Amino acid sequence: MEIVCLGLSHKTAPIDVREKFAIGDTHLGEVSAALSKQEGLREAVVVSTCNRVEYYIAAEDSSRALELVEEFAASRAQQATGGSFFRLSGMEGIRHLFRVASGLDSMVLGETEILGQVKKAYAAAQDGGATSRCLNKMFQRAFNVAKEVRTQTGITRGAVSVGSVAVELAEKIFGKLEHCNVMILGAGETAEMTAKSLQSRGAKAIFVSNRTYERAATLAETLGGKAIHFDEWDAEFSNIDILIGSTGAPHAVVPKSKLAPLMERRADRPLFCIDLAVPRDFEPMVNDLDGVYLYDIDSLQSIADDGLRVRQSELVRCEQMIERHVTEFATWLATPVPREWKNSSGE
Amino acid sequence: MERSFLLASTICFFIGFAYTMYALRSRLLRPSRWTFVIMAAGFALQTAFLHSRGQAAGRCPLTNLFEVLTFLCWSLVLLYFAVGGTYRLSLLGTFTAPLVFLLQTLAQFLPSASAPVVFRKSAGVWPELHAALSLMAYGAFALACVAGVMYLVQERLLKLHRLNSFFHSLPPIATLSVALQRVMLTGFVMLSVGLIAGLLAGSPVFYKATMIVSGFVWAPYGVLLLLRWKRPFSPRRFAWWAVGAFALALATLGALNFLHISK
Repeated sequence: MEIVCLGLSHKTAPIDVREKFAIGDTHLGEVSAALSKQEGLREAVVVSTCNRVEYYIAAEDSSRALELVEEFAASRAQQATGGSFFRLSGMEGIRHLFRVASGLDSMVLGETEILGQVKKAYAAAQDGGATSRCLNKMFQRAFNVAKEVRTQTGITRGAVSVGSVAVELAEKIFGKLEHCNVMILGAGETAEMTAKSLQSRGAKAIFVSNRTYERAATLAETLGGKAIHFDEWDAEFSNIDILIGSTGAPHAVVPKSKLAPLMERRADRPLFCIDLAVPRDFEPMVNDLDGVYLYDIDSLQSIADDGLRVRQSELVRCEQMIERHVTEFATWLATPVPREWKNSSGE
Repeated sequence: MERSFLLASTICFFIGFAYTMYALRSRLLRPSRWTFVIMAAGFALQTAFLHSRGQAAGRCPLTNLFEVLTFLCWSLVLLYFAVGGTYRLSLLGTFTAPLVFLLQTLAQFLPSASAPVVFRKSAGVWPELHAALSLMAYGAFALACVAGVMYLVQERLLKLHRLNSFFHSLPPIATLSVALQRVMLTGFVMLSVGLIAGLLAGSPVFYKATMIVSGFVWAPYGVLLLLRWKRPFSPRRFAWWAVGAFALALATLGALNFLHISK
């Protein structure tokens, strides 16, 4: 039995091509089942996410299998597959799945969401009766590899975007964010994204304060928060744990002289200041205040870049781990199937 | 036989120590169930050592610096299990193994470690309870000091924007602050009960002197906890004070040892 993989990803095709071949979650099982029933193919799992559409096949003849899957994909999308598709067979196909499941092929290196998506795709194919001995073993192995890579290397360590850096820092200050209140000064797009990232990790209430009250109200509505008049933001200060600055003001709207007396009233409660504005909204000396942790856009971006470098430095270790599993799996695949198994599985 | 229990427990803590060092180097420091198992084995062996030593001496084995340090290590591990999941899951627990390994190894190299055990009639329940609880309180204060140092390191890294492997390995400052208060409060309660036991022990000169020395530790910790409860100063200052207060406690431990010798 041979393994083949045909697909396209963010690395090989732009979004307008990917979306034509994309398959909805609810159809993954039936598409996998339809493929596995094709003459010349034995087993199939189809993985489809916003960044990739991939067909994993077990078949006797890999060249023929690739042709069949390509025809199937083209007819389903009513679009020629063209040069956007990659075609992998044997160890290359196995290696590709292990890398995908481990997040090494993702747009954001080391992201973990892909593992859940691969698991779902496999479960759908299994439910549709599209998998058997080979792909069951290969996907189970892929999940183990992903777990090993995640726990034994630093590939998931460190945040790699401004929003995720802000969340990571907030969690290192407050622990869980469930009791944290966030205030946004201004109504910038990056501030909105950052607030959403914090919200996704449990941040409790969001206050939005802007010179134009209507804009504050619109953003507050989007975030499910509360709008506050700009002149009154410091009245809510005692309830705030995270303060995001993103105004277009030409000068600092939060100088040290304003923050110092406010902090004295809450000596035991830290304040995380995220300055996303240029020119900056916080006076840099604010960071000298006890309990105040100030990060501007450059520091956040630099941390994100460092995070990416750390992940990239772990790549070699990850690849070595994956290679070991690829060799083991390929050896297992090349081992003749016991007669009893052939009889019971109908092979 | 009793010394082999202690040696085996030291080996357990050495394994915990080695794991912590390896995890720090490979930037993969996180709570592990193996640390828990190793600590449990080390604790059981420590307990066996102290029990057989106590049987041989006819009283609580706190008669010289070797025994005092060993008992202190036992208290540290007991706290590791007693203070709770949050504490254990945080890296405070992970850092207990190296601390215990170092203290216990040091204890075994002291001249008093090779001194023969002399059977002597117990001074009674209250004096022994006073000594045992006071030492356990010192263990708690040692851990509060460790938590304080961890807090100060993490806080500094946050201020300086240095997100290195230490930053990723250390717990959030809020968690450390809570753990610090909890461990310090535990130590303070133990020391208070120990002092009450000392009062109930009667008034031989020796106990009076140790009571005064213990009072020098009890009072600053009491004031510190009271101030923290009233919240007039920041967690960072509290962490500094926790470190400073333990330095004072260590100094009084030296004074207590002197009192034991002169007794």
